[in-house]
Amino acid sequence: MASHSTSEFRSGLKVMLDGDPCLILENESVKPGKGQAFNRVRLRNLNTGRVWDRTFKSGESVEGADVMEYDMEYLYTDGEFWHFMMTDGSFEQHAADEKALGESVKWLKEQERYVVTLYNGAPLSVAAPNFVELEVVETDPGLKGDTAQGGSKPATFTTGATINVPLFINIGEVLRIDTRTGEYVSRAKS
Amino acid sequence: MKWRSSCSIEMIKARADLYSQIRAFFQDRNVLEVETPLLSIASATDPQLESVMATLKPGFGELGKPYYLNTSPEFPMKRLLASGSGAIYQIVKTFRNGETSKRHNPEFSMLEWYRPDFSLTMLMGELEQLLTLVLGPIVTKKLSYQDAFLKYLSFDPFEINEESLAEKAITLAGYEGERLSRDDYLNLLLGVCIEPLLGLDHEGSIVPVFLYDYPPSQASLAKIGVNLNGHKVAKRFELYIRGIELANAYDELTNAVEQESRFTEDNKAREKQGLDCIVHDKHLIDALAHGLPECSGIALGLDRLLMIQQRAQSIDDVLSFPIDRA
Repeated sequence: MASHSTSEFRSGLKVMLDGDPCLILENESVKPGKGQAFNRVRLRNLNTGRVWDRTFKSGESVEGADVMEYDMEYLYTDGEFWHFMMTDGSFEQHAADEKALGESVKWLKEQERYVVTLYNGAPLSVAAPNFVELEVVETDPGLKGDTAQGGSKPATFTTGATINVPLFINIGEVLRIDTRTGEYVSRAKS
Repeated sequence: MKWRSSCSIEMIKARADLYSQIRAFFQDRNVLEVETPLLSIASATDPQLESVMATLKPGFGELGKPYYLNTSPEFPMKRLLASGSGAIYQIVKTFRNGETSKRHNPEFSMLEWYRPDFSLTMLMGELEQLLTLVLGPIVTKKLSYQDAFLKYLSFDPFEINEESLAEKAITLAGYEGERLSRDDYLNLLLGVCIEPLLGLDHEGSIVPVFLYDYPPSQASLAKIGVNLNGHKVAKRFELYIRGIELANAYDELTNAVEQESRFTEDNKAREKQGLDCIVHDKHLIDALAHGLPECSGIALGLDRLLMIQQRAQSIDDVLSFPIDRA
C-alpha cells in the first residue's frame, strides 16, 4: 500500500496504526507561531471499534490500509461463517466470522444488501442497512383494537433478535426496524 | 463556485470596520502607521518558519534573483525604530509556507506594533484596551508558562527531565513518533493539551489569557530575564482567546551581537534538520548596532481576531479568497 504523509490526512482516509487498520475521523493541524507543527488526529480502529486521539509530527508518513467497502447480499450461514455475495455482477463470495458480523447478526435477512468492509480481502465488518423488515416468530397474543394506546411487549424475530413492539402486534407479522437504535418503526407495507 | 468569495459581504464589511477601529485607536495614541517592503533579500531564520520565495529581475529579461516574502514585518519595522520613528504600527500581509488549516492560510493579515519604553506589562494593558474596543467588555487573566503546565498537566516545564517529558507526550498527547527536542515536546503538550483550554468564555464573558515567561530556549527575538522564582525566562507573552493563539509579544532584544548569534544558531539548527539556510538580515544587525530603543513589540493575527469577533469557526469564513480560491 502507498504511504500517506500528514498533509494528505483527511477524514475518511484509512491508515495502518499499531498493526490495525484505522479510519481517520478528524484531522487538525496544530501549528504554533513559534514551534514545530503537529497533526492532531482522531481515528477509529476498524478492528476493535475503539476511537483514538493521536498526534503526529507534521511531515511524518503512515502506511495506508487496504480497506474497501462493498455492497453485498447476504446468502446463508453454515453456523460458523456468514456468507455474502458481491452485487457488482462478479458473484464473488466472502465469509464473515462472528467478530466481523458483530451486532449486525441481529438484522440479517437473506437477499438483503449489507455493506461489507474488506481488509486485505477478508471481511472486517458488516454494516446493516438503516432499516430492515423482519418477521415476528414469538410474542404474546396481540390485543385487538389497541392501536393507539402506549405500552409495549417483547417480540422475537426470525434472526433471534428481541425488541419491544406495540401490544397489537401478532406472530407472523413483518415489522420495519431501525437497526441503528434497535427500535420498532412500523408494520411493513405489504 | 470557486470564483465567489468564501466569506459573506457582511464579513468583508466587518473587516473594514475592524481596520477603521484599529487605525483610530492608534491615531488617538500618536502611534504612526507605516509601510515596509513585503520583499526582502533576508528573512526569518526560525527553523519552524518557511518563507515563500519570489524571483526578482534587476532588469527586464535579465536573470532573476531570489527574494523572500515577509513572514512578519519585524525586521524592517525595527530598522525604522532605530532610524528614529518613535512608536509605529502596521497592518500588513505576511506569508508562511506550508501553513493551511482551520486557523491558518499561507497568506494572512497581521497587525504589528512597537512601543519604545513600554514594558511587557504596559503592552498587555494597551492590548487589553484595543480588545475592549473591538470585542466589547473582557476580563483578562495572566498565567505564567510554568503555572500553565502545573495547572493543566501537573508538572513543572522547567524542572521535568527529558525521559519523563517523552512519557508525557505519549500518555497525554498520544504522540508515539520519533524522539523530539525538549522544546518540541513542550510545544506539543502546550499545543495539544493546554492551548485548547486557554481563554475559554466564562459566564458569557470573553476571558483572554496572557501566557508569559517562556523558557529561555524559546526566546526567539525577546530578551532573556529572571523571574521571581529565579528561573531564566524569555521576556515574551502570547495571548489566547477561546483556545486560539492570537498575539505574540516580545520585550525586544536590542543587543546586536546576541541577535546575530541567535540567527547563526537558527541556521545551524536548520542545517541539522536538512532545511535550507536563510540569509539573515544584516541590515537589522547594523540597525541594532546603531541602537534600537528599548521597546516592546507585538504581532496580532487579524484574521483570527475577526474570527473571534464574528464567532467564525474557520479562517475561510473570514477570508474573501482563501488559498484554494486565490
